[in-house]
Amino acid sequence: MAVELDPHPDFQEFAEPGRLVSTEWLAENLGRDGLVVVESDEDVLLYETGHIPGAVKVDWHTELNQGVLRDYLDGEGFAELMRKKGIKRTDTVVFYGDKNNWWAAYALWVFTLFGHEDLRILDGGRKKWEDEGREYTKAPANRPETDYPVIERDDRTYRAFRFDVAKHFGKPILDIRSPEEYSGERTSAPAYPEEGALRAGHIPSAVNVPWGRAVNEETGAYKTRAELEALYQGEVGLDPKEPTIAYCRIGERSSHSWFALKYLLGFEDVRNYDGSWTEWGSLVGVPIVKSSEPGEAPEPISSY
Amino acid sequence: MTDLANLPPVLAEIAEEFQALDSQSKLEYLIELAEELPDLPEKFQDHPDLLERVIECQSPVYIFVEVDEQNTVHFHATAPRESPTTRAFASIVHQGVNGLTAEEVLAIPEDFVDMLDLKEIISPLRVRGMLGLLVRTKRKVREAIA
Repeated sequence: MAVELDPHPDFQEFAEPGRLVSTEWLAENLGRDGLVVVESDEDVLLYETGHIPGAVKVDWHTELNQGVLRDYLDGEGFAELMRKKGIKRTDTVVFYGDKNNWWAAYALWVFTLFGHEDLRILDGGRKKWEDEGREYTKAPANRPETDYPVIERDDRTYRAFRFDVAKHFGKPILDIRSPEEYSGERTSAPAYPEEGALRAGHIPSAVNVPWGRAVNEETGAYKTRAELEALYQGEVGLDPKEPTIAYCRIGERSSHSWFALKYLLGFEDVRNYDGSWTEWGSLVGVPIVKSSEPGEAPEPISSY
Repeated sequence: MTDLANLPPVLAEIAEEFQALDSQSKLEYLIELAEELPDLPEKFQDHPDLLERVIECQSPVYIFVEVDEQNTVHFHATAPRESPTTRAFASIVHQGVNGLTAEEVLAIPEDFVDMLDLKEIISPLRVRGMLGLLVRTKRKVREAIA
């Protein structure tokens, strides 16, 4: 571990307290050797308008995906990106961004596929940093190029494909979209009408906890462990010991919930289905449910 | 794609500029445009009901379009500071359509958005928000002169 953990008392109750850092901690540790801050936003211009001093930008759309194959970077591509950004394999990487860290959590999840060990989130993201009147700079980060090794992407441990979902039927699935998307009233998020699918509804048996319920509305920071447990384990009955798959529309909001389940609540086996509703809702021959109730799980099948 | 020559002069200039820039400079130009979006005239600040939400955009952006007695189009928009891309899109429409006649606005080709050459830096789904702005503006103009 390159940089010691944030000892903030709020985090100690979480399954992995070291996965979050507070704004105070980050402000004090900026510029430390072995610490890299990564900003990942939905709005492609935000970083340029001002960012945490020294932070590098990683754009989810242009940098984490491949050009023609609809997939994330391969091992070569990721190593190349890390070298260019000045990130070493042993570095502690702290992610933050806009929209309560949707994209920050998404970038963190993609880094996880490559087994980068020490990945953390700045609790509350841009919003909290800004609300506290903390410093921004427009100066682009200038980190020396590194020698990042080529690591093969692990698509089994934290990532689910459509056929994994089909095989998983009978075990818990978490849909973190809005209630209207879940019930099938609409095919896209209220503010994102263009990211649709051909059918509206949800994957059979999936329970619904809209992603935003994991955060404190005012600060954008994750809720306490007790609140998160009441939500995921109490309200919809998920079990940290059972294999669980989370999904949303394109996999980014569910990365945010995935982070909460995996690191804050200590779920043993939780995967993010990044194909999510834009894929499932357009696939030929797969069952869906149009209702505000989860519906019955079909028999698991080996492929779709 | 439509020829640049078929665009109103200001939009043609903006499109030409984008086409000549590399990705990083495109981002900088977008920020410049975002900063140039003027605040709403006072009458709208007190009357948010006069504004229409552009739901195609990912961030809350509201527009107001009017055609005056000289048949000149006036466009106003507001979008939050924390959504500079949306502000930049609104600013392009603001600069591009203000002062045109209603007919000139209606004649703006809808593939104008593709002519900005933004696909490399902004996800196509987001770029479509810009198209939403243009389409709604034209619809408002059409309603105003009907």
